[in-house]
Amino acid sequence: MSVKKTLIWAVPIAVLLLVLPQVVDPYPTILLAYGLVMAIAVLGFNLLLGYTGLLSFGHSAYFGVGAYAVAFMVKYLHVQSMELFVLGAIVASILVTALFGYVCVRYTKIFFSILTLALSQVLWSLAFKFFWVTGGTDGLRVPTPKLLGVATAEGEDKIYFLAHGYYYYVLAVFVICVALMWLIVHSPFGKALQAIRDNETRARFIGIRIRRYRFVAFLVSGVFTGIAGALWVPLNGLTTPDILYWPFSGEIVFMAVLGGFRNFTGPIVGAVVFNYLKTYAVGFTVYWQALMGVILVVLVMTLPTGIVGSAKLVYAVARRRLAK
Amino acid sequence: MNLLETAKLTKYFGDTHAVDKVDFTIGEGEVLSLIGSNGAGKTSLVNLISGLILPDSGQIRFRGEDITKENVHARIKAGIARSFQIVNLFDELTLLDNVALSIFSREGMTRRLFSLADRQQAVWQEAHDILRQFGLELKAEVLAGGISQGERKLLDVAVAYALKPRLLFLDEPTSGVSTREKAPIMDVISSIVRAQKITAVVIEHDMDIIFKYSDRIVVMHQGEILASGAPEAIRNDERVKDAVFGPTHA
Repeated sequence: MSVKKTLIWAVPIAVLLLVLPQVVDPYPTILLAYGLVMAIAVLGFNLLLGYTGLLSFGHSAYFGVGAYAVAFMVKYLHVQSMELFVLGAIVASILVTALFGYVCVRYTKIFFSILTLALSQVLWSLAFKFFWVTGGTDGLRVPTPKLLGVATAEGEDKIYFLAHGYYYYVLAVFVICVALMWLIVHSPFGKALQAIRDNETRARFIGIRIRRYRFVAFLVSGVFTGIAGALWVPLNGLTTPDILYWPFSGEIVFMAVLGGFRNFTGPIVGAVVFNYLKTYAVGFTVYWQALMGVILVVLVMTLPTGIVGSAKLVYAVARRRLAK
Repeated sequence: MNLLETAKLTKYFGDTHAVDKVDFTIGEGEVLSLIGSNGAGKTSLVNLISGLILPDSGQIRFRGEDITKENVHARIKAGIARSFQIVNLFDELTLLDNVALSIFSREGMTRRLFSLADRQQAVWQEAHDILRQFGLELKAEVLAGGISQGERKLLDVAVAYALKPRLLFLDEPTSGVSTREKAPIMDVISSIVRAQKITAVVIEHDMDIIFKYSDRIVVMHQGEILASGAPEAIRNDERVKDAVFGPTHA
């Protein structure tokens, strides 16, 4: 898709996201902030699944690394700056992703998936067992950070802060991440990843160094997810080993499938919708996991291309019919 | 000077002598055909030279350089490209993307993460030109998974050709296509290869195609080279008749 065509739909959505906190209650805005954070993570995840053909079941690891990097910076370095949090999360996720990626990209298909899952579980068990460092199941608390060097006003309501100042911060990072990812997937590098996804042998025989490209994709993917983790933890106020546990990786996969992983916007839509869906499902029934499971099964059977893929299909059919 | 030479090139798969101490040469600009019955070692020899598999022993020299232990990437950089017996394409990308990817790779542009592929006008223009040469221009925007087998065969060669190789291996470029389509496909490939003075090695089972388009024919049998020579000499070679064409072949 060309830059012009992309901007035609991207600009109105950005404007809508900008005015939303002024017209809706803080609670849905905070939920949207969660959705945008997760969208960054799923965008990163989808660089591997949708564009490189690698299904990671271990993206909770990089999300957790981002979140715990922030928590450690607060606990041990007494850092309060959100910019430093993001920077620290990027450095930490580069280190961990480089290590995990070096091992994982040697494999594909189920072997890759299982390896990513196993490595993420290692991190989870470390966070769980080394409680004197990580806080164990109690987790680590992260107070309200300074945004662009500005601390929250004395007595400012935290809900108001999260629904306004912090929301706009998340939105700005989200826009930067979306723009960067859009550029990456539309670059010659992005094309090479799609080539690897479609036919590894042919990609190799046009001179693409498969493992090296997979490694870079893995690294970029992990860093995006790490940034999401860093943004998530001040929103949540606390990080616990739950975000390193495999069901959280499953949620990231769910979001990508829900939105549609074969198009650029699918993961964004999937993350935002999933977040609302989960929140309301949790409020609706104690059996919310079963409900979500049913939704996933129905979704895969009825909308295999996800929400965005199906919407595109409907739009194409409608256009054809109108043209007749 | 020979473009490519192999010396005692050997590859065994268990007890099977796929390629057995083969001394093989290709001259610059030659269009050479590699023939032999199934299991003769033709594809194994091409796989060894193109780097898909590594030899047990022996040497491969390309333009005077020893490339025996080089990886596929280095061999492509050196100027060796190939098409495949079973077509290998990027099925979910357009024909244009398939060819453009070769050009991006050839120019070392696939390393670029933060530049738009669409802005590389020279690449897209060249990709269009190549599709035009192969008669595929009208389907430039069609997905590679949605074209006919004959077109897929041509595209497979076009993707390899876009690497601007010095040596091009064509592994059964007309297999799986109708008899009627075979000659037009070979006409297109042959005209491009000869016009660009690319050295080509064709593996084929269709003897009419072999005799029509080759400068020289190399016959393989049970992993060894049985005969090598001009098409007429091979046609009349008694050993080749027995081993490849069979006693009833006219």
